[in-house]
Amino acid sequence: MVSREEMLKALVIRQGAENVAKLQAATVAVCGLGGLGSNVSISLARAGVGKLILIDFDCVDVTNLHRQQYKASQVGVAKAVALPENLREIAPYLQIEAHEVRISEENVLELVGKADVVCEAFDNAESKAMLVNAVLEHNAELPAEKQQFLVAASGMAGFGDANSIQTRRVSKKFYMCGDGVSDVNNGIGLVAPRVMACAAHEAQTVVRLICGMDGLAKVPEHIEEPPRQARGT
Amino acid sequence: MIKVNGIDIEADGTVFADKTVAEYLSTTNYDCKRIAVEKNGDIVPKAKYAETLLAEGDSLEVVSFVGGG
Repeated sequence: MVSREEMLKALVIRQGAENVAKLQAATVAVCGLGGLGSNVSISLARAGVGKLILIDFDCVDVTNLHRQQYKASQVGVAKAVALPENLREIAPYLQIEAHEVRISEENVLELVGKADVVCEAFDNAESKAMLVNAVLEHNAELPAEKQQFLVAASGMAGFGDANSIQTRRVSKKFYMCGDGVSDVNNGIGLVAPRVMACAAHEAQTVVRLICGMDGLAKVPEHIEEPPRQARGT
Repeated sequence: MIKVNGIDIEADGTVFADKTVAEYLSTTNYDCKRIAVEKNGDIVPKAKYAETLLAEGDSLEVVSFVGGG
């Protein structure tokens, strides 16, 4: 098997030593391991994030296979078990903390509290809102340096073009990816590449935040904070 | 002027100053279970929509979630 040192050396060639060190030291909580979360997790594992907290209550279903990073042989297996299996084949030195549990208002802070970045990757709109409110309400009680970054997603269903998937900085610690409007409940379906495009937006935002860059190169006018130096852009 | 997602909600003459966030939301189609509201960059806790007053110059961000993932 490839050694840890070989893998890190290869990452440094592509991403730079300083960034790799920051990524290795980071913990990201991925909430929901479906079309968004399974793709986000694989991107972050490949990018060298040190630890992933993976949370999902559900099992792999045959209807998931068209867009989620599971195998036909894993149908019926808990996603919190199946995804770590797949991640270990890709990134054997990644630390994984997996929870087979439904995230609720009662347990959310206990589950994601230690992460540097929380990634919302649910499919249900009410669950998305619950997580975002819980993390932001908790942030409001913390000093700025202890507040968590939050990257969420909304609007990636259907056959619309991939260019309409965007990343928006809502406030200092809160980023939203997606087109904001394409609701799976409108009967427009879910198509793998578009969901993956949104997952890639989330993962890239997470990587940039961990590396100390702004999630977006341009800070929106309504946020009163000068842009930090964006390295590697 | 009070802005929501960058748009002046008092442009048609309706006054929202001294109204609550909950009162504003009741004039919209937002589903309260599917949104997060920030006022001047700070989250408005769900439990405080009915007691958080809007004032001249406030800027709200209402983030609304749709299904799919």
